[in-house]
Amino acid sequence: MACRSRLTPLIRRAAAPGLLRSATAANSVPCAARCISSTAARHFRGSALRRAKFTTDTYPEIKRDERFSHITAEHVAFFKGILGKESAILDGVTAEVSGDDMEPYNMDWMRKYQGHCKLVLKPGSTEEVSKILKYCNDNMLAVVPQGGNTGLVGGSVPVFDEIVINTSRMNQIRFFDDVSGVLVVDAGVVLEVADQFLAEKGYIFPLDLGAKGSCHIGGNVAANAGGLRLLRYGSLHGNVLGIEAVLPDGTIVDDLSRLRKNNTGYDLKQLFIGGEGTIGMVTAVSIHCPQRSKAMNVAFLGADSFEKIQQAFREAKIQLGEILSAFELMDSYSQNLVHTVRQNKRPLEGEYPFYCLIETSGSNSEHDAEKLGNFLEDVMSKEIIADGVLAENETQIKSLWAQREGIPECLGHWGGVYKYDLSIPLGDLYKLVDETRKRIEDAGLKGDTDDFPVVDVVGYGHMGDQNLHLNIAVRRYDKRVEEVLEPFVYEWTGKVNGSISAEHGLGIAKKNYIGYSRSETMVGLMKQIKNLYDPNGIMNPYKYI
Amino acid sequence: MSALRILVPIKRVIDYAVKPRVNKAQTGVDTAGVKHSMNPFDELSVEESVRIREKKSHPAGVDDICVVSAGPPKSDAILRTAMAMGADRGILVDVKEGEELEPLAVAKLLRAVVDREKSNLVILGKQSIDDDAAQTGQMLAGLLGWPQATQASEVKFGDEGTSVEVTKEVDGGVETVRAKLPMVITTDLRLNEPRYASLPNIMKAKKKPLVKMSLSDLGVANERRLKIVKVTEPAPRQGGGKVEDVDGLVSKLKELGAI
Ligand SMILES: Cc1cc2nc3c(=O)[nH]c(=O)nc-3n(C[C@H](O)[C@H](O)[C@H](O)COP(=O)(O)OP(=O)(O)OC[C@H]3O[C@@H](n4cnc5c(N)ncnc54)[C@H](O)[C@@H]3O)c2cc1C
Repeated sequence: MACRSRLTPLIRRAAAPGLLRSATAANSVPCAARCISSTAARHFRGSALRRAKFTTDTYPEIKRDERFSHITAEHVAFFKGILGKESAILDGVTAEVSGDDMEPYNMDWMRKYQGHCKLVLKPGSTEEVSKILKYCNDNMLAVVPQGGNTGLVGGSVPVFDEIVINTSRMNQIRFFDDVSGVLVVDAGVVLEVADQFLAEKGYIFPLDLGAKGSCHIGGNVAANAGGLRLLRYGSLHGNVLGIEAVLPDGTIVDDLSRLRKNNTGYDLKQLFIGGEGTIGMVTAVSIHCPQRSKAMNVAFLGADSFEKIQQAFREAKIQLGEILSAFELMDSYSQNLVHTVRQNKRPLEGEYPFYCLIETSGSNSEHDAEKLGNFLEDVMSKEIIADGVLAENETQIKSLWAQREGIPECLGHWGGVYKYDLSIPLGDLYKLVDETRKRIEDAGLKGDTDDFPVVDVVGYGHMGDQNLHLNIAVRRYDKRVEEVLEPFVYEWTGKVNGSISAEHGLGIAKKNYIGYSRSETMVGLMKQIKNLYDPNGIMNPYKYI
Repeated sequence: MSALRILVPIKRVIDYAVKPRVNKAQTGVDTAGVKHSMNPFDELSVEESVRIREKKSHPAGVDDICVVSAGPPKSDAILRTAMAMGADRGILVDVKEGEELEPLAVAKLLRAVVDREKSNLVILGKQSIDDDAAQTGQMLAGLLGWPQATQASEVKFGDEGTSVEVTKEVDGGVETVRAKLPMVITTDLRLNEPRYASLPNIMKAKKKPLVKMSLSDLGVANERRLKIVKVTEPAPRQGGGKVEDVDGLVSKLKELGAI
């Protein structure tokens, strides 16, 4: 087997000729695709794009809350005393910090939101977080909890001069039980690191998403990320068993239970799941991890209409039931853009208006392969599916997944993306994409040259969870585009009783639109919770509700 | 000038993306429950054969593409895959699970298959990624008394289809060789990019003929000349250490005598 490792890069190269030309190309190489997608992105974007606007310019109506103090040298000295190490502080208050050094903490992944950050703190323990927050609360210093900064709603970066508290130095795996599958980790453990640790033990992290190489588990929990396997393993609200968090007054919420069942009182940890850092800072997470499936199969199918994709989904649930682990939707527009950016070989010979990716995972590969084979034959012969391919090896599995996971990144190629992450009843799911495209076209905003802001309007998403990603790839962010999109998209979603944020959260991007998905009563109750735990409002201000 | 009858030998190996683990007895690697697929070099051989047909590279065309695998019964899966990619039929030479053939035995059985099937071109991988022997093609050419071109990165036909021109990657450049058919070609990674097996073709492949044979049908015995003494994993890489900051890095480098 000596040549195996040497072979790998060769096969990659051979499998993707001509793709190693630029930094982005690394993502197109089948083997690397899954893990690199998010990590390499920042790289390429940095050089390719003009600087993002400040959030304060985009949202001039947001005014700095003058109850909050301005950071002084004295404050910085206190934090230095707590953290000790030079490397745990990025101090732009008493010293010069270059824009490039500050940018990873001050600007979001989409390069759409940029704050005026002056201070980044990287605590190494829960106790340090507690001391920092208490001090901030006593001194009216606003803060932004931050993990891998891959959030897509502008929630993870400051608007003004809020202090960033980043979890990257809290990165220990605290505990794992081989029998129950319970894993306890610090908030700053990178999702992929945890998953690799679990893979060694035969387990899998119940969450997977394109940003796994960068995002932190604390961030995932705070954002209540959904991702690619929700269909199979369910949401974090079910899988997270316990949470350790720090409230603004320094109180450590020690609810790091390792039990699957615990009906003793209010389940307060749920408030931190999807709380987006607005009532406290998550410092550790206990989570139930399922057995990793030995056998995995992936098929990539093309269909002539959205109705046919729905039929295929229905059949997949009937025939593949317990082994179905993902059902992902992609329209032809999204696949065309991926192809334009990556210049890779398309999986199918012909082109179809819709594609879906089906993944099965189970314990017996022959049994699974037979089931999947029968299913595919059935949907082909009933003409539900027009064409399809089945991955014959791991490399092909990865390159088929790259067709789906590579979409967010490829869409950013031209400059920017307007992203809408919506829950919509299945039957209506794609109508919105067509209507939005028509509106953009009617407004004369879409075209092939630099004169038009919009490159294309695409739809894809976690079909199995009724979750549509409506994305508008643009050459630049433009008020005229925004006016066509909003509030249209939200009103449309509200009318069909959908959710304006299925999994990405509210952050700053969706804050004003919560009313389309939640009643006044509900928002009122939420505000009570916020005021109870964060009476001074220092936690991630200007965002969420 | 006669049409091509291509024989493509293929092997079922542990999927190249899977990290193999040495068994407890240190006599081999664990194969139970591990994902297997077609040796990556063999996918290239199948793809190339199908392309020769599709692109009509040979003036008299391709009469037959036959894939053959010597291995356990589960090898029928890779034969079906090869047929879904475009091969016409398959031959499975039954070898008991866990019984390995040495390259010479494989070459001998392939010679017998070449005779039976009247093949005039054999395209096979330059090596299989499990034992890395990289000998079978060469031994087969020797046994048949045919010319051979190894590590092909391009295959062309000339002289009205009687000769083959093969480009191969060698140290520092490429080398082009030409020989008359019949011939043995071994494939290298840059030859082509194998296709996905499409569903309609997977379904068609189920109906293509697959013949089973035993070694003795081909007049070959599994003689072993080599004894595996011990299999071990490569020495684990020394894990890197993390330093907190520049000062930490400098003192670490000093400690190691690097500066
Ligand atoms: C390529 C790509 C693909 C993605 N795919 C998906 C997907 O399929 N499904 C999905 O749901 N999301 C997806 N996302 C968005 C997703 O929400 C984030 O990737 C991830 O969950 C956020 O983790 P993070 O560590 O980067 O958090 P950050 O972006 O740093 O923070 C996210 C939010 O949580 C808060 N926060 C962070 N850490 C803490 C903490 N310790 N305590 C309290 N609050 C905290 C922040 O203030 C912010 O409001 C994707 C993003 C990218 C870039």
